[in-house]
Amino acid sequence: MDISTQTTDASPPTPQPSVVQQKRNARGATRAGDRVFLGLSRGSGILLLVIMAAIAVFLTYRASLAISKDHGNFLTTFEWNTNLIPPSFGIAVLAFGTVVSSIIAMAIAVPIAVAIALFITHYAPRRIGGLVAYVIDLLAAVPSIVYGLWGGLILVPHMTGLFSWLNDFFGWTGIFSWDGGAPRSMLTVGILLAIMILPVITNVSREVFRQVPQMHEEAALALGATRWEVIRMAVLPFGRSGVISASMLGLGRALGETMAVATVLSPDFDIHASLLNPGGGTFAQNIASKFSEATADGRDALIASGLVLFVITLLVNGAARIIIQRRAEYSGANA
Amino acid sequence: MSKRIDVSGLTAYYGSHKAIDDISMNIEPRTVTAFIGPSGCGKSTFLRTLNRMHEVTPGGRVEGKVLLDDENLYAANIDPVAVRREIGMVFQRPNPFPTMSIFDNVAAGLKLNGSYKKSELTEIVEKSLKGANLWNEVKDRLNKPGSGLSGGQQQRLCIARAIAVEPKVLLMDEPCSALDPISTLAIEDLIGELKERFTIVIVTHNMQQAARVSDRTAFFNLAAVGQPGKLIEIDDTERIFSNPSVQATEDYISGRFG
Repeated sequence: MDISTQTTDASPPTPQPSVVQQKRNARGATRAGDRVFLGLSRGSGILLLVIMAAIAVFLTYRASLAISKDHGNFLTTFEWNTNLIPPSFGIAVLAFGTVVSSIIAMAIAVPIAVAIALFITHYAPRRIGGLVAYVIDLLAAVPSIVYGLWGGLILVPHMTGLFSWLNDFFGWTGIFSWDGGAPRSMLTVGILLAIMILPVITNVSREVFRQVPQMHEEAALALGATRWEVIRMAVLPFGRSGVISASMLGLGRALGETMAVATVLSPDFDIHASLLNPGGGTFAQNIASKFSEATADGRDALIASGLVLFVITLLVNGAARIIIQRRAEYSGANA
Repeated sequence: MSKRIDVSGLTAYYGSHKAIDDISMNIEPRTVTAFIGPSGCGKSTFLRTLNRMHEVTPGGRVEGKVLLDDENLYAANIDPVAVRREIGMVFQRPNPFPTMSIFDNVAAGLKLNGSYKKSELTEIVEKSLKGANLWNEVKDRLNKPGSGLSGGQQQRLCIARAIAVEPKVLLMDEPCSALDPISTLAIEDLIGELKERFTIVIVTHNMQQAARVSDRTAFFNLAAVGQPGKLIEIDDTERIFSNPSVQATEDYISGRFG
């Protein structure tokens, strides 16, 4: 009797979520918020790839139009006459100028930036280090056209002393000979670029050096290392790949810098052995100075040169990645 | 080559906070001295004052005297870098240089101390790795990174690195606390061998370990959190663990607190 009433009265048990369902909830694929976020992040990723592909397609298409009309050799011609019939232009001078000015900038900026970063993180008293870091941050915020104006109005006139000194002592190398013209040359551009990329290299290096584990530095100290030896044994090796990445960021900016180069350089379409004599040009500077007056074909030609700059940047970044990868097993990441 | 240490009236600060207060003790050569005590009692801080590593910490400052065979390590004319070349240290977490090979890790201290010929270097590295009971495990891969070894092997690598420069004293700051029991046993055996050549001071949280490896044991304690740590007593290990003269020591080793 009891049993029968129980069975009849018992309401059907409220359905409990099965274990499988609960697991799925925990994994998050079925919750609305998670779905939205997944969609957003996946969409952003795809969008980035689409934009990159679109840029590449656009550049390649317009570049191929221009190159097919080029009467000169696109890689070796020393002129940029897109309004001639037939047009004749080549990127040799621009590639040379871009690479040379960037190399000068890197050679000057990287050692100084690493030294400043080490000073901030390992030598300076905390307050002074913070102040220096703040000033460097400010430098990074200055627009490049301001650097360009400063370079053209202040730096260029003040370069004559250095140039005549270099000419006196190193003129015989050919690289540092000077004909006495206005110092609107590759070296001046390189120095200005060095100042411009200094902040980014310093800031990234500083963060890397700050992350060196205390225990590695103490290991060196306990062996009786001086402060410099600690930096050499523990800090620099640990920060090496980070400094390379930082330098690549700086190099990327130097390769693509436009306004500062355009305001300082006195361009021509020739490759000069001397870094001190005015002349030469860079991709970005050439595009900026020619774009507004270019015909449709001229614009395509400039886009073709932009594509080459794009490829150079990719190559440089790839090379940096290989350098970092090659010593990955010795990197601090294994610590 | 091993030397005695006499500490008198040593007080250490972190900024304005007094970490350890007025500690005096003698550490005999060719012995193992263990420091035990609850967390925060200042035993690691005290250890780090013995090779002037304490002052590396921002705000770290020391008062008092540490005599290494009658030479005061805190005298004005003493270079802390020179002190650390005489007194080696092994840390809680194994810290081989991640960017160096096993060979270069052991040779790191030697390269700081002066120039050696390649053959001398090879000889000393082999001797040190043998001394750290690691040679047989790594002799075929001396050029591989030290960070590829197991935790216990890394710690023995750090010991090899420390003894390669022939220090007078070897300080060990909880050298086994990050290791498994087998690796711990290997390090403890090693400590027994090393005390023939070095004065060894070891900080440990493991009282059985202190009882196993040390000849003398020092018990540190603090009155309350935030108070400076003090040396309660130092005596022969056997006596500390069987019949300590202070009640707090007995309470601690019998597990009544800490």
